[in-house]
Amino acid sequence: MSAPTLSTSSTPSKPDGPGREVPAYARREAFTSALRRNISAHGFLIGAVLCFSFFSWYPMVREFLLAFQKTEAGKTSWVGLRNLKYVANDPAFWQAWRNTLLFTGLALLLGFVVPFFVAIILNEFRHGQGYLRLLVYLPVMLPPVASVLLFKYFYDPGYGLFNGILHFLHLPEQQWLQSTSTAMLSVVIASTWMNMGGATLIYLAALQGIPGELYEAAELDGAGLFSKIWHITIPQTRLILSLLLLMQIIATMQVFAEPFLLTGGAGPEGSTTTVVYLIYQYAFNFNNYGGAAALGLVLLVLLAGFSAVYVRLSRDSED
Amino acid sequence: MRSTWFRPAHRRTAAAALVSALALTALAACGTSSSDTGSKGSGGGSSDPTAPLDPKTKVTLTMDCMPPAAKAAELRQWKEDIKTFNQKYPNVTINGKSTTGQCEEPTRFTAALKGKSQPDVFYTYFTDLQQVLDNDGAADISAYVTDKTVPALPSIDPNVLNVLKKDGKLYGLPTSNYTMGLLINRKLFQQAGLDPNKPPTTWAEVRTAAKAIAKLGNGISGYGEYSATNQGGWHFTATMYGLGGDIVSPDGKKAAFNNDLGKQVVSNLKAMRWDDDSMGKTQLLKWGDLQKQISTDKLGMFLAAPDDITYMVQQLGAKYENFGMGPIPGGKATLFGGNDYMIKKGLSPDQIKAAIAWLSFKTLTPGKGQFDWARSKGDQLPVGLPQPNFWTGATKATDLTSRTDNATMPVENFRPFLDNPIVGKAEPVKAQEIYKVLDNVMSGVLTNKNADAGKLLSTAETQVNQILANQ
Repeated sequence: MSAPTLSTSSTPSKPDGPGREVPAYARREAFTSALRRNISAHGFLIGAVLCFSFFSWYPMVREFLLAFQKTEAGKTSWVGLRNLKYVANDPAFWQAWRNTLLFTGLALLLGFVVPFFVAIILNEFRHGQGYLRLLVYLPVMLPPVASVLLFKYFYDPGYGLFNGILHFLHLPEQQWLQSTSTAMLSVVIASTWMNMGGATLIYLAALQGIPGELYEAAELDGAGLFSKIWHITIPQTRLILSLLLLMQIIATMQVFAEPFLLTGGAGPEGSTTTVVYLIYQYAFNFNNYGGAAALGLVLLVLLAGFSAVYVRLSRDSED
Repeated sequence: MRSTWFRPAHRRTAAAALVSALALTALAACGTSSSDTGSKGSGGGSSDPTAPLDPKTKVTLTMDCMPPAAKAAELRQWKEDIKTFNQKYPNVTINGKSTTGQCEEPTRFTAALKGKSQPDVFYTYFTDLQQVLDNDGAADISAYVTDKTVPALPSIDPNVLNVLKKDGKLYGLPTSNYTMGLLINRKLFQQAGLDPNKPPTTWAEVRTAAKAIAKLGNGISGYGEYSATNQGGWHFTATMYGLGGDIVSPDGKKAAFNNDLGKQVVSNLKAMRWDDDSMGKTQLLKWGDLQKQISTDKLGMFLAAPDDITYMVQQLGAKYENFGMGPIPGGKATLFGGNDYMIKKGLSPDQIKAAIAWLSFKTLTPGKGQFDWARSKGDQLPVGLPQPNFWTGATKATDLTSRTDNATMPVENFRPFLDNPIVGKAEPVKAQEIYKVLDNVMSGVLTNKNADAGKLLSTAETQVNQILANQ
């Protein structure tokens, strides 16, 4: 049995031009026929669409509405920009933004550069690369809470491994998470360790796609290691580097788990309070859902704006 | 003959139907449902709220905080109590809901409240009232709670009942309360040559004792303090109360901690942390961390409520006899709090009456329910802690006698705390937001050797004033 096919005479096609209207019944028939043909696919699609509607899109719309509403004594009222004003007046607001940008900056510096160089080194190995890849990727497979607990122990100023090593080497011990000047950097180091495996493997795949002849030609011209990286590796992996940069910025601006678990969220004198931690506090400590939604909206707008500018810039540079 | 159902077209239809049905089932399963199914009461009772529930009225209630299976003895008691209660009210069905951890986990509770999915009779902390009212979550039970419906009502400390009132209306009934004091590790006190029967009562004494305990070495701290997840601010507040200070002005409009008392709190902690080195190197601690330290004999003292000891014994494997309590240093006032049950708004009058009848029996009858100390002793449950204690007058005395007679722990260890009752003081307005700011004062002084007490306090003052103006 074959599936019913559309009658070619009733199918509009370009050469026929606008003069030939398709009858309504034919369109209906075409639609129902297409629907019947792909009924299983539509069944699957309905499930997915419903799930996305309920669990992704509806909460997003609701979040947007909540940002302009206040609930008091069970009554919801529109308050315009008052929630935004409220969060902007919070003493922690600017500190959270400063900290988030600091985290993003440090995370890019470490989280972007380190995996790239690790990938370059890995790429040089002829033997045992599979094992090394596994070793680099292993931290990603650990549950974040387990990794954080591990680093909490490493950083402990009393019994920690890091201070133990410093002590053994007769170097001055550090406060790591316990000092305003090193807390954020310590969080970034832990976060980089936890997440670099994925980026490294992507870089490695990109590096392995670079034709070996380019390096051979460069070597014949007397290019050194850094010259090869600068003139061949980086230009050849530019696209993947750009994509990962964008993804890293979006991910790091939303950092929550690492500071929350390592320093209790705020850290010494609020030095690790991030924007998402502040959103969490609004929602679950202060029960101010309007404030949480407003702050979430600010973050969303900023990230969306940033992404749009970035996509535009990268498109322009490709032209 | 092949069935027509096996024809490809039908197979596709069947597959699609199956997939859609599964998707819808999954969605239905994922959704939260309010607890009103099966919770309806059928009329028949008196319309007068002050009249007790008619035993013949058929009512079903969902009830928060039933002990989980892991707490076998408590669960058995719960079931026994329902059986006894049903002898008088055979038509009241109580469907207990249990949670494995704390009865109220704030984030989960807030979400339930927003989704109106809290049980008919739900468990809250004293500090939750405003949140519950903002979400229109609780019924006004003022008219229902009388000497007839809750016979022990006149014996309940009015200060405790006042916490559950707003604009003169009552929204909950207490199940337990606490005031904070100084929890000590008796073993470490003895090892350090201190008298565990006389815990320090001033901060100067705390400092001396902490120094002596820290001298034991082996990673032992004399005194511990929180400085993260808003709990640093909470303890700063308790310490200020102990010294007679306050956090906000009486009208709730200005910060009131940037003064000599505030400086005294900060300077004392700074001296203990950096000059005496008696508070350990690891800071940014939060609830649970100090309990673990003291349970493993690594910590001498910290500010706590008696129910911390229950947690330490039941969850962390500590022994009751290892701990003691004294009043909060300073002794001018102490932070108080507690737990209660509220009744979901929208329930029928009969359901409200049934809920109050059950609460009155289970949690507010001296000698019965949770106050049946003889039974708890038989079940080897903790008996003898100074709290909950929201009774007054003769009821208080009778309860304390019964508690002491049936004690399963050395009650003498808590004598300094019991013999020096300190007046309880509620938490400030906008408590959590203020605690967040005060966390910075605590973490500042405990993590920075060069912290400037005056600067930390004045920055926090500006920020708290901003929060109070930003209401």
